[in-house]
Amino acid sequence: MKLFRYALKKTLPVMAGYIVLGTGFGLLLRVNGYGLLWALAMSVFIYAGALQYVGVSLLASGASLVSVALTALMVNARHLFYGISMIEEYKGAGVKKPYLIHGLSDETYSLVVTKDVPEGAKPHTYYFLVSFLDQCYWVLGSAIGSLLGSVIPFDMKGLDFSMTALFVTVFVEQWMKNKEHRPAIFGLLGSLICLLILGADKFVVPSMMVIIVILSILRRPIERKEKEHE
Amino acid sequence: MNSQMSIIAIAIMAVITFLLRGLPFIIFREKKVPAYVAYLGKYLPFSMMAMLVVYCLKSTTVMAKPYGLPELISVLVVAGLHIWKKNTVLSVIAGTACYMLLIRIW
Repeated sequence: MKLFRYALKKTLPVMAGYIVLGTGFGLLLRVNGYGLLWALAMSVFIYAGALQYVGVSLLASGASLVSVALTALMVNARHLFYGISMIEEYKGAGVKKPYLIHGLSDETYSLVVTKDVPEGAKPHTYYFLVSFLDQCYWVLGSAIGSLLGSVIPFDMKGLDFSMTALFVTVFVEQWMKNKEHRPAIFGLLGSLICLLILGADKFVVPSMMVIIVILSILRRPIERKEKEHE
Repeated sequence: MNSQMSIIAIAIMAVITFLLRGLPFIIFREKKVPAYVAYLGKYLPFSMMAMLVVYCLKSTTVMAKPYGLPELISVLVVAGLHIWKKNTVLSVIAGTACYMLLIRIW
């Protein structure tokens, strides 16, 4: 129970963000002719904010299944790298592991990657609670949005900024907690330059490649600095 | 899309997302994680969070009115408030309210 309360407190910021964003998703989906069951199915089984938003337009526009698959790959490719940070932590999670993997959304990742497991708690139980609570908020938000959408015509323009704001807070937090700022700076510059050159539709995967290359080049200097601080 | 196609499309999105999230765990299940991959795992999150911010702002209008000012000001509000108060819920709600207001005045 104590662990549950701790996880609840940790996930409060995500609760706010996910209920708001989930509501936006549910509304959007409803406006495009897909009701509550569709919203629930997408939020339970896909559970990826950005892809679900894009998914609405894919469904509504009657996109081909090939372009659905390609879009899913492009929009969510970044998730490949989330797992890398959690390999050691999630080892030995047993039956919880498939769910821990399924639950590794942007926001859950930003919470579990700090590895703030309370003293005396089982890490996997803590990670499971965080992942599960986060998804509950997301599903709840989607349901609220879907139901609201059939009642009130809402002017929701700009609400999706909450997702941006959430990432900015995580960025600021990481910046303040760490002395090593080069990965953050080059991540920002690399993706901005790719965005300027390639445009909004094509820059995600190239940016990730650029980031990996830059980080690989920086490995020696960064690890040297790491040693000096020890 | 009709219902059947929509269900298939949702299943495709679900499976691909799960595979992307699970691949690192499958590849490195037995072996010890190589030092290079561990290094990436440690420092990629910082770069990724920066990329996610850019990703969210990718459709900002910069060359025409309002020149990306609502986004810029709101991001600064979020960052400033967060450095000052360190309260995520407060930063997110204030920043979003600020943005929703700004795009309606401009």
